[in-house]
Amino acid sequence: MKVYMDNSATTQMDKAVLKAMLPYFNKQYGNASSLHQMGREARKALEKARSDIAKTINADPEEIIFTSGGTESDNLALKGVAAANQGKHIITSKIEHPAIMSSCNTLSKQGYKITYLNVDSCGIVDLKQLEKEITKDTILVSIMAANNEMGAIQPIEDISEICKKHEVLFHTDAVQAFTKVPIDVKELNIDLMSISSHKIHGPKGIGALFVKKGTKIKRQMDGGGHEFKLRAGTENVASAVGFAVAANLDPKVKQIKELQEELIKRIEYDIKDIKLNGPRKQRLCNNVNFSFKFIEGEALLMLLDQKGICISTGSACASKSLEPSHVLISMGIDPVTSHGSIRFSLSKFNTRRELDYVVRNLKEVVEKLRRMSPFKGDKDIKIKEKEWEC
Amino acid sequence: MEYNKRIIELFTNPKNMGEMKDPDGVGKVGNPICGDVMHLFINVKDNKIADIKFKTFGCVAAIATSSIVTELAKGKTLEEAEKITNADVAKALGGLPPIKMHCSVLAQQALKAAIKDYREKKTK
Repeated sequence: MKVYMDNSATTQMDKAVLKAMLPYFNKQYGNASSLHQMGREARKALEKARSDIAKTINADPEEIIFTSGGTESDNLALKGVAAANQGKHIITSKIEHPAIMSSCNTLSKQGYKITYLNVDSCGIVDLKQLEKEITKDTILVSIMAANNEMGAIQPIEDISEICKKHEVLFHTDAVQAFTKVPIDVKELNIDLMSISSHKIHGPKGIGALFVKKGTKIKRQMDGGGHEFKLRAGTENVASAVGFAVAANLDPKVKQIKELQEELIKRIEYDIKDIKLNGPRKQRLCNNVNFSFKFIEGEALLMLLDQKGICISTGSACASKSLEPSHVLISMGIDPVTSHGSIRFSLSKFNTRRELDYVVRNLKEVVEKLRRMSPFKGDKDIKIKEKEWEC
Repeated sequence: MEYNKRIIELFTNPKNMGEMKDPDGVGKVGNPICGDVMHLFINVKDNKIADIKFKTFGCVAAIATSSIVTELAKGKTLEEAEKITNADVAKALGGLPPIKMHCSVLAQQALKAAIKDYREKKTK
């Protein structure tokens, strides 16, 4: 049996999306910037896609800038706003996606001061700290709408209110939240928002940045005057069409949430010495993140993989760096428990039968690894000072 | 990063995994903060490693290196076993991803620590 529960990494493309895209590869393949009929046809499809996406977040079509995905949207938002505005201070959080973290790192090398807000033990950003940290020099606050690792939905309404009060621009990385959490950019007073297609059953390689009319931003990709002069490069019509269809599919939040609750309940019932990471209530409908004490996440991932189960881990050992997940550490979770974390992320395609299979096999592999572990209880774990760089 | 077949095979079905009753020497190395801790137990007869077992908290590479070091050391004299290097451990696995080389160091250190512990106990 093959079970895919890594939908926060990417999703299976919906059949309706694929079908809508196909004509634009070899029939209506015109360049949307060409003046002839083939070009005009492509332009029409592109603008319909733009408008269909805009509607889902109550934006105007010209506020949607197509990009190559969430990472590019985040880069454009941060670097583009920094370049176009006076002021050298940006506020973000300690749990952002690497696209934000890395962009901030680049900006800090260019002389910008970056403040990383703390989160509580559930992974929710500290609003009081936000209010305190805003200065006259602050140009932008960038806080994700929901976290990719442990699913915490952030209070973006409150954050946006604070930003408006202090007249600071607000960007949110909504790559994980988009379609799963209702977002009305006008009601929430959002200035910039990153969204991505392949997380919502659309094609990879396309995303968008919502940029509220009048927001000062400088493009980061030089070239032609595409995308309202904010993102040069021949428009990706087929993908934009697919993205728009995906954005308008029924997200089946209730169905996924039921499966999520069942999975959490079953794991907590069947396996001891575990910890649910992230909030119980303010949580994305598809995220389940558990730490399994005394064992390590990468080993767990590989044994599950051998059973045909695809999940991911916040364990350092599975990533290119060996530091444990910056998200879990910033929530105050100790490094050992962080090392034993894995993430299941569900989609509308997962079934109850798959869930049974996952829980049964998870129990088995956790037991197997615990038999190998020198730790039987918390008292066995003796944390030493770091002897060398892990 | 990808593991070779040999590593996956040993990780899935490790050799000499488990505890040992009354070991003659115990080596405990690693740091839970870094995500790997290795406990190695040896039984020594006629200056040879007659039996060896491990228990490991760690990733795929940590478990595979634990397993292979027990196989390399078993039956060897203490002097021979002491000469096993981390490169020997990695080589016996058919190579480790560069970022996982520290696991081979850990395995070699665990073996060394167990032999040291045996010698210290003996002289007491």
